[in-house]
Amino acid sequence: MVRRPREDQYDFLIIGAGMAGMAAAIRLGHFGKKVLLLERHAIIGGLNSFYKQDGRKYDVGLHAVTNYVPAGTKRAPLTKLLRQLRISHADLGLSPQNVSRVAFPGHDLRFSNDFALLESEVARVFPKEIDRFRSLTEKVKSFDELDLQGPKLSARKILSEELHDPLLIDMLLCPLMYYGSAKEGDMDFYQFVIMFKALFLEGFARPFEGVRHITQLLLRRMRELPVERIMNCGVQSLRAEEGEIKEVLLENGRVVRADCILSTIGSVETAALVENDVPFLRQNDEETPRLSFVETISVFDQQPVDWGWDETIVFFNDQEEFAYEQPDNLVDPRSGVICFPNNYQYPDEKTLAEGFLRITCLANYDRWIALPEDIYKEEKARWFEEMVRSARRFLPPLADAEIEKHQVGTDMFTPRTITKYTGHLGGAVYGAPEKIRDGKTPYRNLVLAGTDQGFLGITGSMLSGISMANLHGLQSG
Amino acid sequence: MTKEECKQVVIDIINDIAPDEDTTDLKPDVRLRDQLDLDSMDFLDIVMELRKQHGIEVPEADYQQLASLDSCAEYLTPKFNEKKAV
Ligand SMILES: Cc1cc2nc3c(=O)[nH]c(=O)nc-3n(C[C@H](O)[C@H](O)[C@H](O)COP(=O)(O)OP(=O)(O)OC[C@H]3O[C@@H](n4cnc5c(N)ncnc54)[C@H](O)[C@@H]3O)c2cc1C
Repeated sequence: MVRRPREDQYDFLIIGAGMAGMAAAIRLGHFGKKVLLLERHAIIGGLNSFYKQDGRKYDVGLHAVTNYVPAGTKRAPLTKLLRQLRISHADLGLSPQNVSRVAFPGHDLRFSNDFALLESEVARVFPKEIDRFRSLTEKVKSFDELDLQGPKLSARKILSEELHDPLLIDMLLCPLMYYGSAKEGDMDFYQFVIMFKALFLEGFARPFEGVRHITQLLLRRMRELPVERIMNCGVQSLRAEEGEIKEVLLENGRVVRADCILSTIGSVETAALVENDVPFLRQNDEETPRLSFVETISVFDQQPVDWGWDETIVFFNDQEEFAYEQPDNLVDPRSGVICFPNNYQYPDEKTLAEGFLRITCLANYDRWIALPEDIYKEEKARWFEEMVRSARRFLPPLADAEIEKHQVGTDMFTPRTITKYTGHLGGAVYGAPEKIRDGKTPYRNLVLAGTDQGFLGITGSMLSGISMANLHGLQSG
Repeated sequence: MTKEECKQVVIDIINDIAPDEDTTDLKPDVRLRDQLDLDSMDFLDIVMELRKQHGIEVPEADYQQLASLDSCAEYLTPKFNEKKAV
């Protein structure tokens, strides 16, 4: 019998160097496990990375780090996450937001990192609902959203029992869905609780240098630990036998083995790597669309606040009822998210060198993918205008000429871009609609973390990496 | 190793993994969870550090033995002493 050389045998193999994969690697590396982290792309960060265009660095996926709490706050997910990765709060360099808003026709709800503001806004706009809103808040606070085994519950159903005004329900759901729902129309109540805490009870913050600051921090931490990292080298396939992944074939031709494989690339994406796959996770998946988004970025040679645009994030919707679903059209500009990365309380009143306006709207992946190259460019340009026009209806007014005069750059990415750079099917940002909370697959040593395990966003995906590493890696010995 | 020394080992580990917690006035007979902001993930870190720093194994079935400083000392001191004897 041929014995495998020791260097091809790992305790853990992690697929994907996004937030979830890096957090898991740090956790496992910390306890002396032999870890191999594989990333198909040339840079780390996945959905939360950055890129360079026309000599300018753009963040891909950072409007706001959610779950922000000040240093030393007990029992908060951010505190847990930092402790588990042994990173200090100060190192994360987070600056809190100014103020954000949910903007619906004729109604505005402002909120900030102080929950009292949202409470007073609900009392002002929905005076009849305030007591019910307070009791909903208590219910959310005492709910154990981290129970990995709990039953699936509909957030809309529970909200319609707790609150009476459908407008208030939609205004609460709008930001929570945009920042963390992989499902159309409704949310899982667990996910609702996670997001309500993350956005309203906790809050938004951002490092001055953007997402690079966080990815660099994770990279430095990994370098101190026994984590081997290979970039530009994806996993080609997983060879299964007797309910176990026996061998992993890498894109560079190498074959490795691992006691446990943690995949952060998505459930169906992972299943697709398994050769001789017993049908796994494919059943209901194709029927439900994955939600994808477009994002526009406008760069100005002045600060947004000079135009009176002083808020951090604005979630807007111009319809009577809020529709969070895959549009028939390329883009649904009726609702979306506006973000001004400039509008955080940076230390020493520092300001970003340029002004940024970012707008996110729901998009249709299939339609974007079907476009021929020349039309793709045209459509991008057309929807760019359309989205900026739609979003500006919810901001203090400004002459078109003023924008033109100060605009020094633009960029836009589409569902096509997301799939190209992260491999997520359907341009999905939040992964498959159905989550697998315990991360288990039909294979004993193959575990899911990140997007499809169910904790979403930057903080969520790191927590997912940590908790799956703990549950399947460290706890089981 | 005495039970007091053993308690100090556990306190040192807690200081390592949760530098923002105040461990100066811990009551030895009260559950650590009731005095500090520690969750099951943190207990896992205590177990891992015992293994990493001291070569002491705590099987999952015995995690509840680490509830308070007194119970830690009761459970861990013999393990430390056995190890020394080998
Ligand atoms: C436009 C946009 C805005 C966003 N804004 C925010 C925000 O403001 N706040 C927030 O909290 N979150 C935001 N998010 C969401 C957040 O970025 C994601 O939830 C999070 O980064 C997901 O991390 P992950 O590690 O689970 O997955 P990913 O980041 O997708 O990591 C998976 C990694 O696996 C790699 N990979 C894929 N296939 C293979 C293979 N076969 N072999 C090896 N590697 C492979 C991919 O290249 C990728 O790096 C945003 C996302 C987008 C797109």
